[in-house]
Amino acid sequence: MIINHPLLGPRDSAEFTYMGDASLIDRPDWKNPQALTQFIDYGYMRDNPAGAHCELWYHEQGDRSFLVVTRDTTTHEIFSVELARDVARSRGRST
Amino acid sequence: MSQINRLSGGKIDRHQILNFTFDGKTYQGHPGDTLASALLANDVRLMGRSFKYHRPRGVLTAGSEEPNAIVELREGSRQEPNTRATTAELYDGLISKSQNKIGSLRFDLMAVNDRFSNFLTAGFYYKTFMWPSAFWEKFYEPIIRKAAGLGSISLKDDPDDYDRGFLHCDLLIIGAGPAGLAAALTAGRAGAQIIIADEDFSFGGRLNSERFTLGDQSGSDWTGQTVAELSSLPNVRIMARTTVLGAFDHGIFGALERVSDHLLQPAPGKPRQIFWRIYTKGSLLCAGATERPIAFENNDRPGIMLAGAMRSYANRWAVTTARKVAVFTNNDDGHRTAADLHAKGVSIAAVIDIRPDAPQSNDFEVIAGGQIINSRGRLGLKSIDIALPAGGIRQLSCGALGVSGGWNPNIHLTSHHRGRPEWLPDIAAFGPPAKGPAGLRVAGAAKGDLTTSGALNSGTEQANAWLKDLGFVPTAPDLPEAEDAPISITPFWFVKGCKRAWLDQQNDVTVKDVHLAHQENFVSVEHLKRYTTLGMATDQGKTSNMGGLAILAELTGKAIPEVGTTVFRPPYTPTAIGAFAGRDRGTAFRPTRKTPSHAWAEEQGAVFVEVGMWLRAQWFPKEGETDWRQSVDREVLATRKSVGVCDVTTLGKIDVQGADAATFLNKIYCNGFAKLAVGKTRYGLMLREDGIAMDDGTTARLAEDHFVATTTTANAVSVFRHMEFARQCLWPNLDVQLISTTEAWAQYAVAGPNARRLLQKIVDPEFDLSNEAFPFMACANITVCGGLRARLFRISFSGELAYELAVPTHYGDAMIRRLMQAGEEFDAVPYGTEALGVMRIEKGHAAGNELNGTTTALNLGMARMVSKTKDSIGSTLSERSGLKREDALKLVGLRPVNPANPVPAGSHLMSKGDPVDAAHDQGYVTSACFSPNLGHFIALAYVKSGDSRMGEILRLVSPLTGFDHEVEVVSAHFIDPEGERLRA
Repeated sequence: MIINHPLLGPRDSAEFTYMGDASLIDRPDWKNPQALTQFIDYGYMRDNPAGAHCELWYHEQGDRSFLVVTRDTTTHEIFSVELARDVARSRGRST
Repeated sequence: MSQINRLSGGKIDRHQILNFTFDGKTYQGHPGDTLASALLANDVRLMGRSFKYHRPRGVLTAGSEEPNAIVELREGSRQEPNTRATTAELYDGLISKSQNKIGSLRFDLMAVNDRFSNFLTAGFYYKTFMWPSAFWEKFYEPIIRKAAGLGSISLKDDPDDYDRGFLHCDLLIIGAGPAGLAAALTAGRAGAQIIIADEDFSFGGRLNSERFTLGDQSGSDWTGQTVAELSSLPNVRIMARTTVLGAFDHGIFGALERVSDHLLQPAPGKPRQIFWRIYTKGSLLCAGATERPIAFENNDRPGIMLAGAMRSYANRWAVTTARKVAVFTNNDDGHRTAADLHAKGVSIAAVIDIRPDAPQSNDFEVIAGGQIINSRGRLGLKSIDIALPAGGIRQLSCGALGVSGGWNPNIHLTSHHRGRPEWLPDIAAFGPPAKGPAGLRVAGAAKGDLTTSGALNSGTEQANAWLKDLGFVPTAPDLPEAEDAPISITPFWFVKGCKRAWLDQQNDVTVKDVHLAHQENFVSVEHLKRYTTLGMATDQGKTSNMGGLAILAELTGKAIPEVGTTVFRPPYTPTAIGAFAGRDRGTAFRPTRKTPSHAWAEEQGAVFVEVGMWLRAQWFPKEGETDWRQSVDREVLATRKSVGVCDVTTLGKIDVQGADAATFLNKIYCNGFAKLAVGKTRYGLMLREDGIAMDDGTTARLAEDHFVATTTTANAVSVFRHMEFARQCLWPNLDVQLISTTEAWAQYAVAGPNARRLLQKIVDPEFDLSNEAFPFMACANITVCGGLRARLFRISFSGELAYELAVPTHYGDAMIRRLMQAGEEFDAVPYGTEALGVMRIEKGHAAGNELNGTTTALNLGMARMVSKTKDSIGSTLSERSGLKREDALKLVGLRPVNPANPVPAGSHLMSKGDPVDAAHDQGYVTSACFSPNLGHFIALAYVKSGDSRMGEILRLVSPLTGFDHEVEVVSAHFIDPEGERLRA
């Protein structure tokens, strides 16, 4: 596969390490009264779509960026590649 | 007599003689020959034995689709089994052997299987070796394993090199027949960067095998002229002997180039094969078509082959399989074979065409509406039985039979992304799927354009379609006039009533097997394939799948397209594992990381151990020491008595900088780091988000905004990855930067009562090392040896007064020598990882054995370290009730009741009087060693509620080693429990 890195252009997927579902960005708030339940969902519950899937790829043999790659799990077509940091900020992760 | 079956003409160099052997006998051939063509020239029809029934087998095809003529090439360490004789290029000195026989090829003892064929049908293994189950391991399996498989391997190291390479282009053209060459000419002239690859050593595809003319040129002359022009274009890369094996994602193709397989051995410095990854914007499949047989009774005898292959042997290699041949066909193409062989002076016994309206010939007899119902000849074809249209049977003698059931487009790569092939009724075959791999177009016979003219035109068309997409100006090459005969075929797959009629010759699957599978309700094509193994041999059923589908269609009363077809997977042809591995084997399989003191340690005669990718000194034997324990005990005692030095460079070092560095570390470690003073070091425990301990280490604060975190050797990479995840994905706005400095600093532990005195000789005098000025857990940027920058940490893994001194890596070798020299007056010793391990067990420090991916802070006895006043990774989930059970495992020490007994790691602990079973398990031993300070074995263990069971005697059992004795639960801190030494 080829991942079109937002900063570095098209790179072979061999340079990356797959790091799982991009929902890992949405870490719950530890102060929430339901935090324990929320963390269990966060840690263990995953969607397994046949189709578009947002996932984390780590450019470990490159610039060490975490990327959010939206990929069709049935065809490997890649719809978008974003810096995970930008995604995290856009989802309101502040500190 | 030599080469009695050689004809005139052909693309071989008759001026050169190549000597080769098959099963020990010497034969002669010429450059341009394959092993198969040369054997046929020498009247060798029998080339192997079949997989299951050990039936005599010869050549079926003239290409990579060959299921039968599978031989062993070369000798010694270069011996390679399961090579297709039809693609093995002949060279002088080639040594080849037949396979899958006991005794000689002519009198194979395993041929008895053929007599028992009634028992060896589809599903035989599933049905037969059912019981008793105890027979599997000792009886059935060894027999089956011995009987299974074809060739044998040498069990020697492959002496050749394999390379991997990367290529980039605008357009990859797969196949160099008329379609591929026309496409390459079109795209090459337009200036696109193109690669044209073909598995054959000679470009041209079927043009080499036919008598057709292109304009006023012969097929091979036109090929030669075209290849010459392509070679002259700098934007064209021509790759012969290169099989494109698979279509991967996003325009990446895998291709194997056989650089040296046509040589006795690779030229010096050259690899045997290169595995290429080709990155291309567009691709064009021009892989041609494969002829398929018609199944009839005993259709697998040596001498029975595909009609197109028979024509290839005659026209390209100037070989006939026998002096008298017949043809069995359902289409006009079969008649071409008879005509071509007749033109070369071979006697045509007859053409048997199943079509009542078959074209007639003035040159040979055509039996229109006839069918072959049997064949004879034990080790090779002698005669055939023909059912005549008017009734009656005629026996006809012939030494070879060409069979043509039509042609299947080679669409394998188009279905590598699960595309379902589509039925083409005109040619009664499956064509490429509507939705194949993105960016893959198809042209020529692979698309169903079976005429030469159609191939040339579709190659040009598809190349121009790509040129347009890629922004080039399309060109129109001056294509020659070429053969354009209409396709006339009557679908016909098998002769009615046949049973032992082979569909898949490599896996020995017959028409009868398909009937049986259907009878047993295997009606899905995928089930049929797996139950009968049809198409599951190394040829992936290139010549057999269609026949199986057609019979299943008939049995189920469906049309073939309704039955559907299986899809293909990479690789297109079998590929040596060595080619995938490339140069990554042996010691080059992964990097070997050497510590800065490696050269010095080697001089000391150190014994090394692999830790992760590192080579670390395990112990340093001294003269007279015969057992590793002697060396390790000495190193431990000397360190605890005076001073020892150990290279600890391999521990991961992560530089953490930024205004929010402390905030960040507070989230990474479960214990607090925000208030750590500058110049101080703290032990940190890192949890995974699920609350399980991930790693531990010390982190030093060198400045308000500068920390150095250490990790265990094994987890250096994963911890860094984890921290980057937290930094970018969880807390993206923190001002913090990370970099791994593991290899930037050489780091030495200096431990023992004389550690300070030794270091005072190294550290520059302006730095006060006294206990008051530089107490336990202090850290500082210092200089050593008169100005060399260094870092000093007062931390201790051994439990002694100890420091870790870091200098830039390039000074690592000099520093170990300086340390040991300065330590001479204290009898300083170097110690290795074993002594390091003994001392940390004596001190009760957890390591990888205790942080084993199943244990929590609570298990480690560090529950109170998990701060409840801040958020950190893992803190919430470590509160789960299941992790905080009353009887949770706790880390304790163990002492054998009888001091002579060992306490081996991995042993389990039982309460006295309880049965020894999993339900009564009380815990297990994680780390164990002999303590030279205590004079007996000691261990660390996890024991249920262990912290409240001090003094209890438990039963230690190890069913694996037979140990069964008593141990006492004690504190894990065997040495200096109050910590007086390390604060001294």
